[in-house]
Amino acid sequence: MADQQEILSGLAEIVNEVAGVPVDNVQLDKAFTDDLDIDSLSMVEVVVAAEEKFGVKIPDDDVKDLRTVGDAVSYIQQAGS
Amino acid sequence: MTGPRLSPRPGASHARILGVGAYRPARVVTNDEICEYIDSSDEWIRERSGIITRHFAAEDETVVDMAAAASEKALASAGVRADEIDTVIVSTVTHLSQTPSASAELAFRLGTKTPAAFDIGAACAGFSYGLAVAQDLIRGGSAKHVLLVGVEKLSDLTDPTDRGIAFIFGDGAGAMVIGPSDIPAIGPVVWGSDGAQADAIMQDVSWLALRDDPTHKFPSLRMSGPQVFRWAVYEMSKAAKDAIDAAGMTADELDVFIPHQANMRITDAMIKQMGLSDRVVVARDIADTGNTSAASIPLAMGRLLEEGQIQSGDTALLIGFGAGLVYSAQVVVVP
Repeated sequence: MADQQEILSGLAEIVNEVAGVPVDNVQLDKAFTDDLDIDSLSMVEVVVAAEEKFGVKIPDDDVKDLRTVGDAVSYIQQAGS
Repeated sequence: MTGPRLSPRPGASHARILGVGAYRPARVVTNDEICEYIDSSDEWIRERSGIITRHFAAEDETVVDMAAAASEKALASAGVRADEIDTVIVSTVTHLSQTPSASAELAFRLGTKTPAAFDIGAACAGFSYGLAVAQDLIRGGSAKHVLLVGVEKLSDLTDPTDRGIAFIFGDGAGAMVIGPSDIPAIGPVVWGSDGAQADAIMQDVSWLALRDDPTHKFPSLRMSGPQVFRWAVYEMSKAAKDAIDAAGMTADELDVFIPHQANMRITDAMIKQMGLSDRVVVARDIADTGNTSAASIPLAMGRLLEEGQIQSGDTALLIGFGAGLVYSAQVVVVP
């Protein structure tokens, strides 16, 4: 399974692709909405791309709990372990 | 086999769209007007939906009034007289006086003879559903000329204070006349439903609940935006591709893409997901018509024709998807 750094860089590529956010800005402590300006619809695109990339399932009900990039990385790590 | 023998009635080999008509109510509603009731902004609404303005019907303007206006134009565009229509189908979820149907009243209003008339309820997929039914009625011999109308007065079922939905919907009507054809001009339908997601888009208070507890507010539509977005973009892109396959075509051969005008973001994400070429003309009528549910596909096709962006003979992929959840897609030849 991918480690934290691999998931972070994979997620950063996805966020860059979906919303044009520079990869270096995608850090563990950044909030998707408040810091990276990812709205709820872009978040769906990020989540679906992450599901494909990391082979995990992230149901809609869980997406709203993923406030920061760190939350998403932990979720993917746990879901994939 | 022995026993009684019934005579079958032969149908036409194929069916095609003969004409399109569109009607948008006079009143244009801006995002600023919507924002008088919700804490939002013109910029926020444009970013989230691509909607700049929408039309709202007058208070006393009914779905049948709007349907009649669109139908007159569709008949004229098809070169078919009202008395040649033998079936009238109306798709709507906002004909709030449930009985009798909108279709029978519409048929009478248009001066048709006594055609078969019925309403269908398939929400935002309704027009594509109706097209599939019309084609099969014509090919099965039950109808020759079908008038199909998608009409909605969604402003009646919209809570202006619901920040998640107040800016989405508009009112309007779109109609098509479908008739017999020597060549295939409406492709096989790809359709279905997913009742497990019934709560994704629904009326929040049932009519019975309102009867039993009159302190309820008047019912309105609620939607879980991210849930619908996920289904629409990822599942509907597959259905759209299946409809192209079913027509024996490839995506490269397609000229026009007319998805239900749900949200510009859904349209953009679908295009990306389907890998559609830049050459394909894409309907973006939502920008100043809003989401008009069953009416959106014919309204969008009507606009593309009026603006000369598409021509008769082009192949267009239609896909409708919405509350149910239900969906329906087919490739058609533009009339």
